[in-house]
This record gives sequence, structure tokens and C-alpha cells, in this order.
Amino acid sequence: MELIRLTATDLPGDVEEALRQAWEREEEGSPAKSALMTILENVKMARKDSLPLCQDTGVATFYVTLPHRLPSGPVVDLIRKAVREATRLSYLRPNAVDSLTEVNTSDNVGGETFPVLEFAYHEKPSIVVDLLLKGGGCENVSAQYTLPDMSLKAERDMEGVKKSILHAVFRAQGNGCPPGIVGVAVGGDRAKGYGAAKKALLRKIGEKPEKEEVAIWEEEIRKEANRLGIGPMGFGGRTTLLGVHLDFLHRHPASFFVSVSYMCWACRRRRLIWEGERGAFV
Amino acid sequence: MKTIVLPLNEAAVKALKVGEVVLLQGKIVTARDRAHKWLYETFIGKKTPPSPEDLVAYERIKMCLAGGAIYHCGPIVKESKDGWEVIAAGPTTSEREEPYEAPIMQHFSVRAVIGKGGMGKGTLRACQEVPAVYLHAVGGAAVVAAKKVKRVLEVFKLNFGMPEAMWVFEVEDFPAIVTMDAQGESLHEEVFRHSEALFCKLISG
Repeated sequence: MELIRLTATDLPGDVEEALRQAWEREEEGSPAKSALMTILENVKMARKDSLPLCQDTGVATFYVTLPHRLPSGPVVDLIRKAVREATRLSYLRPNAVDSLTEVNTSDNVGGETFPVLEFAYHEKPSIVVDLLLKGGGCENVSAQYTLPDMSLKAERDMEGVKKSILHAVFRAQGNGCPPGIVGVAVGGDRAKGYGAAKKALLRKIGEKPEKEEVAIWEEEIRKEANRLGIGPMGFGGRTTLLGVHLDFLHRHPASFFVSVSYMCWACRRRRLIWEGERGAFV
Repeated sequence: MKTIVLPLNEAAVKALKVGEVVLLQGKIVTARDRAHKWLYETFIGKKTPPSPEDLVAYERIKMCLAGGAIYHCGPIVKESKDGWEVIAAGPTTSEREEPYEAPIMQHFSVRAVIGKGGMGKGTLRACQEVPAVYLHAVGGAAVVAAKKVKRVLEVFKLNFGMPEAMWVFEVEDFPAIVTMDAQGESLHEEVFRHSEALFCKLISG
């Protein structure tokens, strides 16, 4: 429960700092600057009063890493219970709608997709839970490209990857609540591509990827996206993206997917590490 | 900064220009995907016959919307013994309502549509005809927006679920910026065209 409360109400420091720097860069008196000012004020108010900083608390997505041989069942039950409790206490908006009957379950629990639970295993004794809250507006502008895509003059190379990402950012305009962060997966099948793109959003802004060449591409794509001039809220301005996080997956020789997961400025993520009797938030 | 009191008259709405920051006072009605579809199909397109309860809601909604404002918002609202308390109430993406907005604006004489991301040609045309404006609130700034809601006056279609119900808010100094006006100007169109030219240059380079 505390993990959910913290994630919904307390924007991570790296995101807040990136937004503050974006605010500094915008022109005095511009709509972009005033939007960022409101955003920063909102972040502070939400933290102080322990209120969800955005009303769209999205689909709660939990990435759980367990020690080998530990069953996942009890963790699933615990997470669902916490989600119900967090919804009752208004930290989460009830978002789970049955697609057939149109009925909102009112407690954010529904089938296999509310909340989203992903399990992995490691050789350590600790339990690690990463929570990501991503709203529907930015999820809607996420996109997947199949290269080559000649409408974008995008071939199967890094130039093609870059053009695909820039197209996603251009097409999103202000609808994904920029300045945003894009998680990108190159390769994989369609499903794994989108999954990995979303998971890439767990990385902190400014945290370098393992390979130096990837860091250079990320920086180049971010700079070019910011040249599009879409700006905060799509009002026009200097910062459209705060970060680009690339991930590379193995792919079938026939397929070359570029999956782009667009995250709004309210990149709400938190990690809980549970070791022995004690849990710590990172 | 300009204070505007709802409902708005024709002269007041025509005086608003793209880029102006406004502070709203009065009644605003939330409506998002299901509410738009319901309003359109039941009362305008007449695809589905209204229930007796729908007809009662319609009369109330008509009064709230005449010269008033629709807010694209799915809030977090808490029920307490003193009534409803608004916890978080930022805007949702407006473009999904594009298929319904113009006929709804015409039918109910809506003078302000509040949301985020801007809207398309149909809504822009309706802004000129009704006349009306599109007001952009800051996406994600839900606590700031919620603090400007003084009271929940009414709620309709709660069976749509909390985010999709139509909440009638009384607001004080609710901040927004005019991004589409009754003269047919749209900041969104301008940013789109500008970024389109730059995008084309980047991909051909």
C-alpha cells in the first residue's frame, strides 16, 4: 500500500529536476513556461498533501522479482489487496472497465490486466517490486513501427529507428502530456516489444545505458525531438522530451519492430526492496 | 490574466483570444468519452431512446450547459458524510471527443470546452459558429485544479463509473489558457504545422 501511495503522490527526484531544468530553458512569459510552473507547483502540493499528482493513475504495473523457488501466488494476492485499499483511500482512481459490459469494477481489480503483474526471478534472497503508474493519454499515443517504413523513409538501421521515434513524438503533439519520456524497444515480437519499451521507462533520467554508443543515440534523438518545437503541453517550446531510453531485443530476421512507449511528464515510478524483515523504497 | 464568469455571453466569448490566460468562476460540467457518446446518441443523433431518468438528467444538464463549460476530466472524487470531495481533477485528452463535440456544442450552446491537447477542425468551426472557445488546462496538474473546485453541485450518470460520470463543479479561479478562439485561431494548428515542417526536414535530411 505504501508503495502505491508513494508512487502516486511523490514524483521521483530525477523527473522533478529534469522538469525544473526544462522550466529554466523556456522563454519568459511563454505558455510553455507557465505550464511548467504549474506542473512544478502541482508536484510540490501533491507531495506535501499526499494526494495523487494526476487524477489518471493509469493501469498500475508491477514488476516483481522474486528469489528462485518462491511462489508468486501470495504476492499476487497481496498486491491485489493493496490496490483495492489504495483505491478505497483515493490514491488510485478506479480505472478497470469491463470491455464487454462497460462496467467499472470500482476497485481497480479486473482479470489479468488490472493490475498488470510481471514476474521475474533472481538468485538473491530479496524481493524487488517496481511500480509504474502510466496514464491513458500517453498510452494512447504510444506506437509501433514495422521497418522498413517508406512513408517515413525509415530503413532497418539506427536512422530508421530515429525517424520512427521522431514520428511518434510528432504525431503525439500535446496529447501525451509533454515534456515526456520515451521508452523504446528495437526488435522483439510485437508483444515483447511494447512490453520492453514500457519497462525501459523504469530507468532514471540521466542514468546511462550500458553501451556508450546507445547513450550517444539516446542523446541525439532527444535533441532532435526537442527541435520539433512541440514543447510543454504542445504549446510550442524548447522541451518536448526529457529523456529517450532505448532497449534492444533479439528479433526474427523477417521482423524489425520499433516500439515506442510514450510517458507523460508525470513519470510515476518507485522501487521497493524487501530483504528479510525490512522493506526500503528506492 | 482575465477573470471569466460562467455562463458566458456572446460578446464575452468573442473577446477572448488565443494565448490569453483566464481564471474561470462558476459552474463547469465534466464529460468524457462515455458522457459524450451518451449525450450525442441519446439526445442529438437519437440512436438510443432515453430512459425516464435520462430525460430528468437531460433537463438539468441543459441548464448547466447553456452558455456554460464542458470539462474533459475524469476526476478522483471521495464521498464523505459532508458530500463529495474532489481529490484530483486535471484534464483528459480532448481529441477523443472530436466526433461528438461540435454537435454537442451546438445543441447545448456550450461556450467553453476545457481539456488538453486541443481539438480538430469540427470543434474549431463550432467555436466560430456557437461562438465558443477551447480552453487548455495543464495536463497532469490535478491537485492544482482540484483545489479550485469549491463544491460538487450535482452528479449525473454515476453508473458510468467515477471517471466517466458527469460531475457539476463550482470553481473559483480555475486557470486555463485560450488555445482555440471564436475567430477560428488555433494554437494547436499552428504548432502542428510548424512541427510538421521541421519533422519533414529531419526525416529527409
